[in-house]
Amino acid sequence: MTSATIASPRDYLQTQMRWRWSEIAFWFATLLPFIVTPDYLLLASQVAIAALFVLSLDLILGFAGIVSLGHAAYFGVGAYTAGLISKWGWGEPLTGLLIAALAAGVFGYLTSFIVARFRHLPLIMITLGIGLLLQEAANSASWLTGGFDGLQGIRTWPIAGRFRFDLYGYTAYGYALAALFVIFLGARRLIHSPFGLALRGIRDNSQRMRAIGASTYSHIRTIYTIAAMIAGIAGAILAQSTETVSLEALGFQRSADVLVMLILGGTGRLYGGLLGAIVYMVARDQFSGLNPQYWYFWIGLLLIAVVVVLPNGLLGGLTLLTRRSKAAS
Amino acid sequence: MSESALAARGINKRFGSLVVAADVDLTLPPGARYALIGPNGAGKTTLINLMTGMLRPDAGQILLGGEDVTTLAPEDRVRRGLARTYQINSLFPHLTALESVALAVCERRRVAQTWWRRLIAYREEIDEAHQILDALMLDAVCHRPARELAYGQQRLLEIALALASRPKVLLLDEPAAGVPRDESNELFAAIAGLSRDITVLFIEHDMEVVFRFAARVIVMVGGSILLEGTPAEIAADPRVRAVYLGKTPRGLRNG
Repeated sequence: MTSATIASPRDYLQTQMRWRWSEIAFWFATLLPFIVTPDYLLLASQVAIAALFVLSLDLILGFAGIVSLGHAAYFGVGAYTAGLISKWGWGEPLTGLLIAALAAGVFGYLTSFIVARFRHLPLIMITLGIGLLLQEAANSASWLTGGFDGLQGIRTWPIAGRFRFDLYGYTAYGYALAALFVIFLGARRLIHSPFGLALRGIRDNSQRMRAIGASTYSHIRTIYTIAAMIAGIAGAILAQSTETVSLEALGFQRSADVLVMLILGGTGRLYGGLLGAIVYMVARDQFSGLNPQYWYFWIGLLLIAVVVVLPNGLLGGLTLLTRRSKAAS
Repeated sequence: MSESALAARGINKRFGSLVVAADVDLTLPPGARYALIGPNGAGKTTLINLMTGMLRPDAGQILLGGEDVTTLAPEDRVRRGLARTYQINSLFPHLTALESVALAVCERRRVAQTWWRRLIAYREEIDEAHQILDALMLDAVCHRPARELAYGQQRLLEIALALASRPKVLLLDEPAAGVPRDESNELFAAIAGLSRDITVLFIEHDMEVVFRFAARVIVMVGGSILLEGTPAEIAADPRVRAVYLGKTPRGLRNG
């Protein structure tokens, strides 16, 4: 390397934050399902919702080091809120989304006071507890949530009075993708902000954060609330586009699934979660077609293989591969 | 009331039956250059932990600039001007040197909560971080992650992180631990070059270094302060020699 001249600190940071071609290509590629695989638009909308949900987990786990096994709680609060508003007669999707985000955010903020105090195993148990607690609460409050039968009677109005949620999933995918993109832009801005830097500091060494005068608790509360809102939006989109909410929306399985997606794709890099969601959802679709009962076998195998071979997930493996091929050429 | 930058009053702390601090009284006048010495297990690091709030004393008071900070959390003491470094590197391994120090500057300036503006928009903060690194001869490696820095550079980054909080009082826990002698002199030269507005207390085992850079020395043994004095007084005191197992500590002979 002959880069003897050292870029000024700000120039260097600027290049770190610049949009890469691979990123732009990725977002253009998300439009392909409309043209190439229009039969799979419903699946694509499920992928986009999962991706949004994973993105919210990556913000707390990948950036702040907060491990959660109960993240579906916020997804569920968003889903039920959006569903109930619609059931009670207000089916306008965008305001529904906003209210669902607020509800999930309030729940996230309240629980963040407990979450911020713990790390490692106790934290996993607490988030697990929050998830189980909420699931049982939703189950027992069947007068409100429909309990085991799920929430029925949701009618989502067309978006902007024009785009009706169709059977093929054109609107559903467009809606979910638009939300994912807008929120991704926000998340990308966040991780390049001073706050994003502080989160990485907490992940790396929370003890030292306190020794430089950082208010780690309030940082954790903030990001936890933001992540809860995003998870709530993901849940709301699911409720609005499928016009039903079941208990499974806030179940342990969903919390585990989202964690698996993130680990598969790679934590702490935003795109890792997106890639994980795509791989996981498509694999589930394909494997469950082959063998509906045992498809988790393959997911388990894939998860073990990735963790053993690629500690930074699929995306980490990809970047390693491109770096090697660049170095070789 | 005597003016002090940092003071401990009657500090007691025990872990079970082990007394790690016994009636510790200590006063650092503003601008002081103090060394804290004592055999291993004397409670030097514990005292730093007690003063910075990492540990709560069982009894006693910590005064920072005359204000009682005994019940304040570590981060609140840092904001009031009490910073420390660690004997064993405690850095942000995946953050570059510049990011690490910029983070500390952002925390001090209370902008680390803003998530809607890019870091690069904070020119003053980044430039200040760069200046701190520059002053410690770390500017050439400022874009390297902390874990990739040479050991001596990591020790300097420890100090850079503490300086970024603009401390009034700086407690250095063996800043040159594990650093070869020639490099440790450089490191202490950097510490000696700090502004006189900063009050410095450092733990150090090498008496030559202690005598060169400290105006006064505090000797700690078994959780209490044995004596305090100028380097010459310390060198002449028979009790200090006894503490060091009858041996003349390295460098004491010439002192």
